[in-house]
Order: sequence, then structure tokens, then C-alpha cells
Amino acid sequence: MAKETSIKARTQTFSFFYGQKQALFDINIDMHENRVTAFIGPSGCGKSTFLRSINRMNDLIESTKHTGLMEVDGVDVYGSDVDVVTLRRRIGMVFQKSTPFPKSIFENITYGLTLTGKKSKSELEEVVESSLRRAALWEEVKDRLHHSALGLSGGQQQRLCIARAVSVNPEILLMDEPCSALDPISTGKVEELITQLKDQYTIVLVTHNMQQAARVSDYTGFFLMGKLIEFDRTRTIFTSPSKKETEDYITGRFG
Amino acid sequence: MSVFSGHLPASKRVLGFFAVLVAAFAAVAIVGLIVSMFGIFIAGGAQHLSWSFLSEAPRNNNMEGGIFPAIFGTALLVLIMSILGVPIGTATAIYLNEYAKQTSVFARSVRFAVNTLAGVPSIVFGLFGVGFFVQFLGKGLDGMMYGSMEAKVFGQESLLWCSATLAVLTLPVVIVAVEEALRAVPRELREASLALGATKWQTIIKVVLPNSVTGILTGSILAVSRGAGEVAAILFVGVAYSMDGNVGLTEKFMHLGYHLYVLATQSPDVEKALPLQYATTLVLLGLTFLLNFTAIYIRSRLRTKA
Repeated sequence: MAKETSIKARTQTFSFFYGQKQALFDINIDMHENRVTAFIGPSGCGKSTFLRSINRMNDLIESTKHTGLMEVDGVDVYGSDVDVVTLRRRIGMVFQKSTPFPKSIFENITYGLTLTGKKSKSELEEVVESSLRRAALWEEVKDRLHHSALGLSGGQQQRLCIARAVSVNPEILLMDEPCSALDPISTGKVEELITQLKDQYTIVLVTHNMQQAARVSDYTGFFLMGKLIEFDRTRTIFTSPSKKETEDYITGRFG
Repeated sequence: MSVFSGHLPASKRVLGFFAVLVAAFAAVAIVGLIVSMFGIFIAGGAQHLSWSFLSEAPRNNNMEGGIFPAIFGTALLVLIMSILGVPIGTATAIYLNEYAKQTSVFARSVRFAVNTLAGVPSIVFGLFGVGFFVQFLGKGLDGMMYGSMEAKVFGQESLLWCSATLAVLTLPVVIVAVEEALRAVPRELREASLALGATKWQTIIKVVLPNSVTGILTGSILAVSRGAGEVAAILFVGVAYSMDGNVGLTEKFMHLGYHLYVLATQSPDVEKALPLQYATTLVLLGLTFLLNFTAIYIRSRLRTKA
């Protein structure tokens, strides 16, 4: 296992509430730079809620609140002086369902860039190519950049979304079950991509698929009913978990 | 014998038979009504439909000539009405659907107001049009711009104020249709945009609105078709008995629906006016149906695309 890298994001006794209902209980996690941190657990365990708290996507839901600390680079992302738009620009996100805009492939990739003002054509073309290359999609779509992104296959759409997310050069990449709607071959491609992308990004991955967590992640956290049961290096979690619940889950005794 | 066979008691079977009979009769009656309605209008008016009827101004107390000023006036009316009403309706729908907290008192009162507005009788809008637009706004404008409340530029019944009145009347139609279109935009698309660092406003402009443009269009057309057939609301606000082709924004104008009313109640010769009425009705119905079918067509296109 590679040596420890510095901590990119961390939480301290982070709790989250949907109205009166508490969804996360006192979560303490360190997420390391250039590493893949995976969260596993049964549906409704809070892993997606946790992920969406990092880039404050949960702000969109009415009457939610949190307690405790969520830090990126030592800054509380819920601090009063934090601009949520800038924050989300630094923290990219890939969703469970691929969400290409009903625009061309080119426009999908340049969407994030053009938000901050006009860019030259050559600059845009450069970013489109480099982003699509990073998402291992360039060779497949380079001849139809100006066709609708909706014409791509499901696996290609998801890689397009990854390309779109990296186009604005985020520091952290959040992935919310990015392969749950993909066939095994596309899943393989995306997983390969994740291991490549961690050279440049800190990746936080939520997955239903334990094998996926074992294959691609460096650290794994196991969530159960809003609590972080165990968090450790992936190898440790999958070979010698210290908690009985973790062992039961990864050996398939429940969940 | 299978377990599903068996007989209902005779009384229930008879009841069921009659229920089906009544339902079928109702359905046939509705179709029959529509067919006979069209039959009457077509039988009575079709022979009077001609190019000159559609393209000429009325003469001799509306008893001769055509109805072109009424067609043109109606078209202008709904055009100006849309220009005034659709942006306001769209903006309100955007506020309600995108910005307002669904539980906030203000949003709920706006929604309540919209629903109430939808239920107000159109003649009340007519009175509102005279009182607010003509008397208050129009005379106020005259006072400000021409130094006298009695300058009679804006402060009189006119096409402009009719359009404004109808814009208010059709506002609920636009708001409801646009809100429906906005709601149909998947949450995932908004989130994808926001996650890329777009502001809420950028997300609305670049993702939400382009994806609901067909819905907004449908809503506008429905509003237009509602407005095109409305007479009571503009009865006091600026429709004219008879005019030649010229129309000014601050002048009275001819309107198909009102023309029908005029033909039916103010004609010197009732017998002679009847075919004119039917023909005018056909034109008005044709216009309304055309607009409705356009809306339905756009909507079905939207459905198949999604």
C-alpha cells in the first residue's frame, strides 16, 4: 500500500438532518489527497448523503441542517464566508444516472468553462480534447463532437459526465455510484479510469458494489444506518475488519 | 368448472348493463352535439365564406363587405397580449418553481392569488380593465406625458388596454403551463449544472429554460386561444362596432367575438345578418381550433422527444 498522502478533506463529528430525521451521526473521516476513498453500505445508510454534503449539494433540499465540521483544505465548507459556487467548482461530481445536457458533446464539455465568461475557440477545443482523453472517450467521439450527447451509449454518457466534471479542473472528484447503471464492460472502463484519475484528483466514491470498492479504492468506509461503522485502508476492511457488522456485510451475511 | 366461473345475481347484471348504456349514450350525445354544432355553422355560413369576406372591411352597418378588420384586430390583440403576459407569467412561474420555498407564506399567497385569478368571471376583468388600465393607468399616463388627464391618448378605451386586460386574464393559464414545463426538467440536470459551479441563475438560463421552451410555447398558445375567444373581458375596454382596416395601439379596434355579438344584437336586418354570423363563427372557431391543435401538436412532439 502506498504511503500516506496529506489530508484533502476531513470531517469531525459531522451530523446531518433532513428536517427532524437524522441521517448521519457524528462522522469522522480523513480523505487523503490523490487517493480513492470508497464508501459502502446498504441502501439508505447515508453514504450518498455524506458525499453530497461535501460539495453542499444537500443545500438544494429544503429544511436540512448539519452539525460538526466538514473541511476541505482546512476550511469549513459550511463557513459563512464560503461561496458555494466556487466550492462546487473545486469539487466535481459524477452522478449515479448519467446526466448529459441535451446539447452536443462539445457543448457538454465546455459548459462548465463558459460559466465564468467567454473563452477563445482554441482554448475550448483544447480543453474538450484533454478532458475527453482523460475520460478515455476521445477516440470514440472525436469525429462527432458536434452531435448530440444523447446519442451516446450509457457507458459513453457516463464517461462524458466524467469528462465534463474534470473539464473545470476540480481538486476533488465525488462519484455517486457511477457504475450502477452500466454494463460490466463499461463498468470496467470507468473503474480503470478512476485508478488513472487519482493521480490528479482526490476521489471519493460511493458504491453499492463491494468488489468495486475492493478493486479501485485505497480507503474504505462502511456506513450503516447513518453511522460510520468502520473506516480503514481498503485491504484491512476486506481482509481483517475489526467490527462484526463490517464482516457480516462484506461476507454477504446481510445487506 | 373453473373457480372463476359463477354468476352475478340478476339485479347486478341488469344494473351493470344500464350503467354501460348510460355511459355510451353520454359519449354519443357529446359527439352528436359537437357534430351538429359544426353542422349548423357550416350549413349556415359556409356559402358566405369567400376571399372578399375575409379580406374586406365591413360596409353598410356591417351588413355588407367582410370581417378583415376583426380578424386583424383579434390577431393584433392576442399578439400584444402575449408580449405583455407571457414574460410576466414565465417570470412568476420561475419564481414559484425555482426560487420560492414551497412552504413560505409569500409563495403560498402568490399561488392562491393565481388560482383565484383563474376563477374570476371574465366580465369582472372587463370592469377591472376600465377601472385600472383606462381610468387609472391611462389617464395617469396622459397626465404625466401630456399635462392633462383629459388628453385622451392613453386615457381612453383602446387595443392596448384590451391586450393588457386579456394578459391579466390569461396569466393563470401561462403560469400553470410554464410551471408544469419547469417541473418536467429532471432534477439530475439541474444538479449536474450546479455541480459544475453554475449559479442558480445560470442553471435556469442555460439548462432549465432551454429544456422547457416547448412547454412555455404550449402555455402561450393555450393562453392565446383562450384570449382570442374572450369577449366579456374586453367589452368595455376598447372593442369597436365597425371600423375600416386601420388600427392604432391607442385606438379602438374590431374583434371577431365582439363582432359576433354586434351582428346578433345590433343588426337592422336579422335575417340578412344570420349567414354573416355563422361565417364569422366559423372563422373564430377555426382560429381557436388551429391554436389548440398547434398546442397539442407541440406537446405531443415534446412527449415523444422526452
